[in-house]
Amino acid sequence: MNNTTQSDNVLEIRDLSIAYEPGKYAVNGVSASVRRNSITAIMGPSGCGKSTLLRAMNRMHELYPNILTKGDILLDGQSIFSMSVIELRRKVGMVFQRPNPFPNMTIYENVVAGFSLNDIRLKKSQRDEIVENALRNVTLWDEVKESLYRKGTFLSGGQQQRLCVARAIAFNPEVLLLDEPTSALDPIATSKIEDLLGELKKKYTLVLVTHNMSQAARISDDSMFMYLGELVESGRTGTLFTTPKDPRTEAYLTGKFG
Amino acid sequence: MSGDRVTKALLFISSLTILLLSAGIVVSLFGGAVPAFREFGLRFITSSAWNPTSGSEEYGAMSFIAGTVITSILALIICIPMAFSTSLFIAEYYRGTRTSGILRSLVDLLAGIPSIVYGFWGFYALRPLLVASGLTDQGFGVFTASLVLAIMIVPYATSLSAEIISMVPSELKEAAYSLGATRREVIFSVVIPSARSGIIASFILALGRALGETMAVTMLIGNANVIPKGLFAPGNTMASVIANQFGEASGLKMSALIAIGLLLFLITALVNYLGKLIIRRFA
Amino acid sequence: MTEMYQVLTDNISRRNRTNSRFRYLVIAGSVITVIPIFMIVGNLAVKGFRQINLAFFTQPAPDTFQAMMAASSGEIIPGGIANGLTGSLLMVLLASLFAIPLGLMTGIYIYENGTRRYARFIRSLTEILQGVPSIILGIIAYLWVVKNITKGYSALAGSVSLAIMMLPLIIRSTEETMRMIPLSIREAAFALGTPYYKMIYKILIPVSFSGLATGVLLALSRILGETAPLMLTALGSPAISFDVTRPVSAVPLLIWDFYNDPNMVNLVWSASLFLMVFVLSMNLLARSVASKHKYI
Repeated sequence: MNNTTQSDNVLEIRDLSIAYEPGKYAVNGVSASVRRNSITAIMGPSGCGKSTLLRAMNRMHELYPNILTKGDILLDGQSIFSMSVIELRRKVGMVFQRPNPFPNMTIYENVVAGFSLNDIRLKKSQRDEIVENALRNVTLWDEVKESLYRKGTFLSGGQQQRLCVARAIAFNPEVLLLDEPTSALDPIATSKIEDLLGELKKKYTLVLVTHNMSQAARISDDSMFMYLGELVESGRTGTLFTTPKDPRTEAYLTGKFG
Repeated sequence: MSGDRVTKALLFISSLTILLLSAGIVVSLFGGAVPAFREFGLRFITSSAWNPTSGSEEYGAMSFIAGTVITSILALIICIPMAFSTSLFIAEYYRGTRTSGILRSLVDLLAGIPSIVYGFWGFYALRPLLVASGLTDQGFGVFTASLVLAIMIVPYATSLSAEIISMVPSELKEAAYSLGATRREVIFSVVIPSARSGIIASFILALGRALGETMAVTMLIGNANVIPKGLFAPGNTMASVIANQFGEASGLKMSALIAIGLLLFLITALVNYLGKLIIRRFA
Repeated sequence: MTEMYQVLTDNISRRNRTNSRFRYLVIAGSVITVIPIFMIVGNLAVKGFRQINLAFFTQPAPDTFQAMMAASSGEIIPGGIANGLTGSLLMVLLASLFAIPLGLMTGIYIYENGTRRYARFIRSLTEILQGVPSIILGIIAYLWVVKNITKGYSALAGSVSLAIMMLPLIIRSTEETMRMIPLSIREAAFALGTPYYKMIYKILIPVSFSGLATGVLLALSRILGETAPLMLTALGSPAISFDVTRPVSAVPLLIWDFYNDPNMVNLVWSASLFLMVFVLSMNLLARSVASKHKYI
């Protein structure tokens, strides 16, 4: 990849619309940009299209057979729809709501799953290095270094989720997408993950969907508020939360609707 | 209150029928087989003799055990790629679409066709094709029977496999997709390892069906009371020798046939039990 | 680090190709799987159609001489399958008389007492019974009825073997249907003071009726096509008879007889066509009953 043009915006969404069936738009004319090395939170009530928008960023929305997509998303200036999906997903990783380590693989194998799934052969020394780095980066190394070759199912929910983050960053992506990553976790695990995200943004760009406003306020630099498929308002988190410009944003933030 | 008691008693008594039936079946089979085992001992199981001439009667079950096992396993082998691809079609590639619904109904139709119709069709329609292909000169034999048997057991293997495959949690598949895996890679690295026991169980249960199949096999296997000499050679199975020879049998011969029936019963029960065990442990 | 990503880019087209090829394999395999249906239905329809007329249903089977005469002069073989139809009807009715009530009640018993060890034992026995090859049930019916009761081949023996086949099917479908009834319905009935037995007759059975009917229809369609056990029990007979102590014919048995006689070839196609259409229609009927009347 050509890295000579390092613009400040890693991702640019241009007038993106996505429909699951003709006429019913889950995402309607959204335009926004995501700054490098920041945490961007996408919030909104259920059904507002935030998950669809997030999944469009690594083209996971295409798993639905009849999906209709209009508009564009640029990653470092290149349209993600013009590159191979495999390449895209190497550069844009994803962490899901429920921790989903592969149950038939050990912790070690889970971390390098991206490489083995993509048929990339590595020497053992390379793999060891990747595993240790990734697990250190998610502060899981000390907890699991003795049990790398056990299946990950004995880990707690929070640890499993950190394992999933490790798996996603093993590829050294540019962007990490997180779809409500802490909603299935207890408060302690949640705060550990939030701390982790704060560290990770130094190396990666994070886009986070959350239904928890206080989480967005706590950890994100920029926020996007979506309602009924439209991007109502976006901007620096501090500004958005204290002086929202749109009445809908204000209504959401003050809890008038969930 | 007495209405309750009567009902509960009635229900309980009905349940006893199953108990009595099962016991009765086992007792009758064993009882009928005793003369043969007393005469030939356990050699009966391993001997492939079948000589009904009075005065020097000698019977052994091995030819038929071999015929049953060979045709059933061959049928399973032929069935596996068909059932596997069809269940992936229904549960993965075209899941939830009308096409998969149509395919599923078509496969269910296969299960509804009576065995004798399969045998008859195999005789008049399939056999000439095989003869024309030059693989076999008469068209009867292990291969023809196994081929038709395979078609017959495909619906059982397919429907169960498809159900198991569709139960693989979509989060696992999504995780693999998000790491860049292609559809085929997701299937082989996530779906199949996850569904493996269920798929194996469905094949074992299909095997159980194949073991007991009578009419279609009888009409196509050639009815030679010997261990089949080759893939296209004639042979006989436990079920078909009973169907063919029971009507005119008496005395020792009938006991031998009942003994073969007992063996078939035990083998089928074992295979089915194994399949159900795997499903129970898996699900 | 970047060489490994180069490997990724190099691999992409190969992996995409493998992916497409596998997809084609899956589609091809599925098509091959369903080809036999079209072949079978097609063959039967085309070749069997000729012999089907009113006489087909009302006349008993011809003997081999009549058939040979007709075959040599290219005419339709006289006669039909009436003896088989009446025989099948007789035996299926008898078998249902035994199997349906017993099956329903046992199914309800297992459902009501599902957790107790005895009930689970009965359920396992039912599963084993379901897997028993039909020819073995023929042996059993022979030993029990032909040898001891009717002292000869008989419709009764045939219906006993069919009944044993139907029983586990009805038991299992009854239990599964009942399991789908929401517990709240039972609780509502009890809350209104309904005694136990009334709840079964007035609530449980009517609510699950379509599911129970489906189970019965499917069991019927299964035994209508069975041949093997009948060969050892009912044997077959050229006459139209309703005497349960004498041998009787059945549609599949007739097909077997026709098959063994080269003069009767045309009749086999028609009889097979009829049997297949009948069984498949019952199957479809069962399924439409299931989908149309879902209370649950």
